[in-house]
Amino acid sequence: MTETKEIKFNEETLELVQRIIKRYPEGKQKSALLPLLHLAQAEFDGWLSAPTMDYVASLLNILPIEVYEVASFYSMYNLKPVGKCVIEVCRTSSCWLMGAEDIIKYLENKLSIKAGETTEDGMFSIKTVECLGSCGTAPMMMCGSQFHEKLSFEKVDNILDKLKSDDKRKTYFDAVVVEDY
Amino acid sequence: MGKKILLKHDHVSGIQGYEVYRKMGGYTSVERALKNMTPNEVTEEVKKSGLRGRGGAGFPTGLKWSFMAKPKGVKRYLVCNADESEPGTFKDRYLMSRIPHLLIEGMIASSYALGANTAYIYIRGEFFYIARILENAINEAYANGWLGKNILDSNYSLDLFVHTGAGAYICGEETALLESLEGKRGNPRIKPPFPAVKGAWDCPTVVNNVETIAAVVPIINDGGEAYSKVGIGKSTGTKLISASGHINKPGVYEIEMGITVEDFIYSDEYCGGILNGKKLKAVVAGGSSVPILPADLILKTANGKPRLMSYESLADGGFTTGTMLGSGGFIVMDETTSIVKNLWNFTRFYHHESCGQCSPCREGTAWMEKVLHKILDGQGSLTDIDLLWEIQRKIEGNTICPLGEAAAWPVASAIRHFKSEFEEYVKNPSSINDVKHYFEVNKLEMA
Ligand SMILES: Cc1cc2nc3c(=O)[nH]c(=O)nc-3n(C[C@H](O)[C@H](O)[C@H](O)COP(=O)(O)O)c2cc1C
Ligand code: FES
Repeated sequence: MTETKEIKFNEETLELVQRIIKRYPEGKQKSALLPLLHLAQAEFDGWLSAPTMDYVASLLNILPIEVYEVASFYSMYNLKPVGKCVIEVCRTSSCWLMGAEDIIKYLENKLSIKAGETTEDGMFSIKTVECLGSCGTAPMMMCGSQFHEKLSFEKVDNILDKLKSDDKRKTYFDAVVVEDY
Repeated sequence: MGKKILLKHDHVSGIQGYEVYRKMGGYTSVERALKNMTPNEVTEEVKKSGLRGRGGAGFPTGLKWSFMAKPKGVKRYLVCNADESEPGTFKDRYLMSRIPHLLIEGMIASSYALGANTAYIYIRGEFFYIARILENAINEAYANGWLGKNILDSNYSLDLFVHTGAGAYICGEETALLESLEGKRGNPRIKPPFPAVKGAWDCPTVVNNVETIAAVVPIINDGGEAYSKVGIGKSTGTKLISASGHINKPGVYEIEMGITVEDFIYSDEYCGGILNGKKLKAVVAGGSSVPILPADLILKTANGKPRLMSYESLADGGFTTGTMLGSGGFIVMDETTSIVKNLWNFTRFYHHESCGQCSPCREGTAWMEKVLHKILDGQGSLTDIDLLWEIQRKIEGNTICPLGEAAAWPVASAIRHFKSEFEEYVKNPSSINDVKHYFEVNKLEMA
């Protein structure tokens, strides 16, 4: 499932890293940690392995532990391997009122995995998340940077089919700048 | 049609881009401020406007700005709170994705007032696509001379950056947000010192919500006094309300403060009434943290006056019979909603999101979730309801940041107003399964 790849950004990304670091005051390069972890997760198979985190630490000249403690705090960082498409389903208030529990169950049945798990073919993971600011279009889920809103079982079917036929790893960096609501 | 100030142009086609935004009068507040006003004069206008923070606490913005320490030779920062993570709130998302330049314009004018030469927009990580929209807008602003060195030959320079978070409700709390900006875990800081004295990288910093900063634009354009005439009493101006739950027309509405709650829920201009013709049971009016109110108390105050959409009216009756405007996350529940199950969902959320620094919050939220789960499993006893009450009381006021209160208030208010429902679940567990949800009945499952 996880291809072994050398853990190193390409030249272009390394330049971006330098630009990100420059956004913060001199000597405060640690501030770039969250954005860099996002870059690393997208680049290295959708999760943060210890070597990946060590690499990020070396880029910022900070201790590996400073990276681990941050990576483990924030829910968007995956600390174990995940599928190509991580389905993040909101389970909070308004989504819950509008049927999030049913959407989660439906996904679990359809993919034959539980929330927090990955399908055997490495295609999908289900992750339950807290309110994503999409409560007016509940229930909702997110995959990569894409919000899927006003979900019904049918809509979920279509989205999964589409993701499967695309067969691409979805990352937060896929963002396209169109607003569709 | 109600009064629109922030969303006046939200449906103009192309308003996301610089050209159209500028044509509709965009960036005039920056011209006005930088060419004709001193930074203090800008702050004075904001004071006059009566604008109060739109992030939840409602603190007067001009006053907050005047607390900004100005030691010589020390940099100052403005950080925009675009974390928008309070359940039920999605107005900042709408504003940023529809009219990104309004936020950029407000950031420039506000940074000028505060004497900040570097500013950040801290946006929750899940809003990656909006971060892109903002970055595009920022690039356009640089290209057209609104950002960068010596803006409009005024000698004032400003750099503006977007910083993405990574999934943590607590990072909406301003000091946790600053920790997160510095690349650390989002553990709130002990106040004082307040950020205005010691904020980002120990420098004086003001943190303001997206909507607050956007409101600075019309305040400079039309004057603080004109803004203060909109709204009611100390609730000046308009407020963006995120309406969700069991209503016909969920969405983001800009309302003039002072319209009645009844009008907001039932009129076609706003929520359009309860979904499927059902009856209203309860409302959480200002994001998940504020006290829940039953239908009668949200529509009318305890002394029978119509309840208004304003800071004061929603708070009328204190916590005994009132609530708060909060972030304006307006969650509506119909007659089929189980208040206890909903409370379990909220409590689970606060347990998950507690940063873990303070024991009352860390342990208390977990404990409350367990007790609620026990009740919903049909194993509860009457003493469990008292226990819940005791736990929430011991969290409130005993934590570094207000997440403790945010977790305690929903529990307190649910018991206060819906105690009979808890008692029914305890005495007659089979009633728990009668609870119908939007789609179908589901047995609760816990990890
Ligand atoms: C747990 C918690 C979460 C918060 N989340 C947010 C948020 O998502 N967005 C926001 O603007 N303010 C949030 N706040 C309020 C901020 O701490 C702060 O008061 C606000 O950003 C100040 O801006 P304002 O004066 O413009 O409202 C939160 C507070 C707490 C205690
Ligand atoms: S409750 Fe699901 S997006 Fe807000």
